[in-house]
Amino acid sequence: MDLLNINNLRIEFPSRHGTVVAVDDVTLKVQPGEVLGVVGESGAGKSTIGNAVIGLLEPPGEMTGGHVFLKSKQIDTLGAEAKRKIRGRRIGMIFQDPLTSLDPLQTIEQQLVETIELHLKLGEKKSQERAVDLLRQVGIPDPETRIKNYPHQFSGGMRQRVVIALALCAEPEVIIADEPTTALDVSIQAQILDLMRRLCREKQVGMIIITHDMGVIADITDRVAVMYHGKLVEEGTTAKILGNPDHPYTQSLISAVPRPDIRLKRFPMVNYIEAESVRPRHIDLATHWLGKSRDFEDVSGPLLSLKNLVMTFVTRHSIIKSRRKTFNAVDDVSFDIAEGEVFGLVGESGSGKSTVARMVCSLYKPAAGEVNFAGTDLTKIASESERDHFRRQMQMIFQDPFSSLNGRMKVMDIIAEPIRFHKLARTNREVEQIVTDLLDHVGLGAKAAVRFPHEFSGGQRQRISIARALATRPRFLICDEPTSALDVSIQAQILNLLKDLQEQLGLTMLFISHDLPVIRQMCDRVGVMKQGKLVEVAATEDLFEKPQAAYTRELLDLMPRLDKLSHEGLEVEKA
Amino acid sequence: MISFVIKRLLQSVFVMLAVALIAFSMFRYIGDPVSNMVGQDTTQAEREALAERLGLNDPFFMQFGRFVVKAAQGDFGISYKYREPVSHLIEQRLAATLELSFVSAILALAIGIPAGVYTALRPRGLLSRAIMTLSLVGVSLPTFLIGILLILFFGVILRWLPTFGRGDVVAIGWWTTGFLTVSGIKSLILPAITLALFQMTLIMRLVRAEMLEVLRTDFVKFARARGLPDRSVHFIHALKNTLVPVITITGLQLGSLIAFAIITESVFQWPGMGLLFIQAISDVDIPIMAAYLVLIAFFFVIINMIVDILYYMVDPRLRADNAG
Repeated sequence: MDLLNINNLRIEFPSRHGTVVAVDDVTLKVQPGEVLGVVGESGAGKSTIGNAVIGLLEPPGEMTGGHVFLKSKQIDTLGAEAKRKIRGRRIGMIFQDPLTSLDPLQTIEQQLVETIELHLKLGEKKSQERAVDLLRQVGIPDPETRIKNYPHQFSGGMRQRVVIALALCAEPEVIIADEPTTALDVSIQAQILDLMRRLCREKQVGMIIITHDMGVIADITDRVAVMYHGKLVEEGTTAKILGNPDHPYTQSLISAVPRPDIRLKRFPMVNYIEAESVRPRHIDLATHWLGKSRDFEDVSGPLLSLKNLVMTFVTRHSIIKSRRKTFNAVDDVSFDIAEGEVFGLVGESGSGKSTVARMVCSLYKPAAGEVNFAGTDLTKIASESERDHFRRQMQMIFQDPFSSLNGRMKVMDIIAEPIRFHKLARTNREVEQIVTDLLDHVGLGAKAAVRFPHEFSGGQRQRISIARALATRPRFLICDEPTSALDVSIQAQILNLLKDLQEQLGLTMLFISHDLPVIRQMCDRVGVMKQGKLVEVAATEDLFEKPQAAYTRELLDLMPRLDKLSHEGLEVEKA
Repeated sequence: MISFVIKRLLQSVFVMLAVALIAFSMFRYIGDPVSNMVGQDTTQAEREALAERLGLNDPFFMQFGRFVVKAAQGDFGISYKYREPVSHLIEQRLAATLELSFVSAILALAIGIPAGVYTALRPRGLLSRAIMTLSLVGVSLPTFLIGILLILFFGVILRWLPTFGRGDVVAIGWWTTGFLTVSGIKSLILPAITLALFQMTLIMRLVRAEMLEVLRTDFVKFARARGLPDRSVHFIHALKNTLVPVITITGLQLGSLIAFAIITESVFQWPGMGLLFIQAISDVDIPIMAAYLVLIAFFFVIINMIVDILYYMVDPRLRADNAG
């Protein structure tokens, strides 16, 4: 008897432009104590399945076919009240973002006790004891006092533990976890996955983990189902799917995963999902405006040299100086980047890596230290016009493709703005020609110029960002987590594009990421940051093969094991 | 908590001093106080004696200090027109305005919040649509028109309710209340509705918008996924989270209800402060204007402080001192 049996599920979303089939004829089975992974990219319909099982499909979504059985009892046909009684009691749910999953105005205890009371009717005293016990099980230290706290008093990882405790309140038989670790740092992710696997084995709970992350799949699941455009394309044991996938989509998905253990020349073509737009014209950068000499000062030493950089933030304001509290987000950081080099900066959230980037491009003024760019200390520049001279040489690509483009401007104007501001072209016609060429070159095509950012997907917007960054003909590019908001195949495309551009234009890059495998693919040298301090700087291959600092070793150990993944079609780059 | 309240109190004192300065400047420098007080045939010597007696020849800071000390004791001088202490005039009328404002505020909250919640929970229901359409009327029609229409309908055509004044009032000390007599309550109904209508629709639309926002959040989704019944999801988790912005707006609106009941008071000839103030403006009765300014500023400061303390109680994230 299957614990949970989802049979030929079909979910439709009627809309003005016709009906969208979000989930099409999907059959999944879960046994007690088993972890089933459902993997796929955005829009594959994987979250919709979870919502349908617990009867929380958002309107106008509708289940138009198939059945859901929980221990042979059909549950999809039950009434609203009966479905509600199953939620939490027999099927628990864990969501992606622990920071927003808890009611901010209620203590952890109130939320736990309310849920326990509802399902188990233990009485207040017993419920409280059970709540404390649950917190202890999910590894929250000192649960008797912590239970009185509000959600904002917990860190992200601790909050996800509380969310798990809430999902476990009534000992459900099935847990559906929708991207449970996506919002967490890699070290916290490892702990949370560990915890989930342990609870699953101990309590013989059947678990469905919905994720886009192959690392999570490799780490925790027993079986994997691969979804593509609402359809189940392949299902099998984790070892089989990762090591020897049959379906071309699965193969392309796996080839797009950045490996921690090898460095690829390029990601093999990963055009299964969002067809990498055909480039209508190839632009010969040797003769084109974009590739022309940009009359920058020659540098003898490194292009960028940071010396003892410090950034201080005030955490408590006060008129009296001794009562002020400050903390150093960046503490005595020094490193050099040679011309044409890609330098990676890696660390967990809050380690200060983005703060370094902002100081390099003068968005923040350092509390102390020097930012030497092409022989000039940028922190000492007083006049705006002189600063503009350096701003033109230095451009930035941001993490979030949705908020980094002005939604009220057409793509043409977004990309033309830096050219016009720095007066890099003589006539408007020339500007438009350059923008069109740029759009062609990043693979969007000239037609994109007359559209607005919201008409593009995340990956396409990141291409717009890249075109905008290239528009000043910079020699130095700062990429702050440029792909962490993107799906894995889109990430592979963007990383390919950045690699190509870097080679063709001889760009120097500061590449910031929390993702070590991505760093390994992109960078020549790497700096590792921890709590504002630089703990190690080394050539990429050395760092991965012979890490020196203890913290680096720790980070490397926490990387998900991906050695089970198929190597088919990959071209490995030798160091 | 205590340090927070003390900090707020200090800020309030500062605000009140600034308002007092404006009120004092008005008092002292708009027009000549002496000519306002004496008749045409007063001699120059008498005028100067009066100026000396009123302390008008003292240095600025002494005069201002005296004004502040007196104002703090509720003494704003003597009205030019009524020849009575301003404090006495305001005392008589404060009760009328406050009663009207509070009844309106309670009306606006008691109807606005439930209506907002209802329209958020059933956005497509027939009743919700009807309420939303009606609320447009409330937001867009000017107060005086609503007042006049109500008078026409309930006062003139149906003859159910009185159309002006406070009816019979009962004095409790210096406070006169209309709550204790039938005619007092009857007289209160029309002006209170008129004054409340705009606030009611505003609060309703605000609650609705906030509630729709909160219902889309992850923690509401997670609460549902734990099987919590709708009642708990809507009223324990969602409603409380909509309150912070509602408290802000309501606080400010209560302030304006008191300060700007003027139009309603004029339409219904309600013997409140607004009416007194309007008359003071046409008579250039500066002591009354100055007192009104200080008093209204005082109400706003007090309301703001209560709002801040309420925030503090509703939202644990603002209690920075126990953050972990």
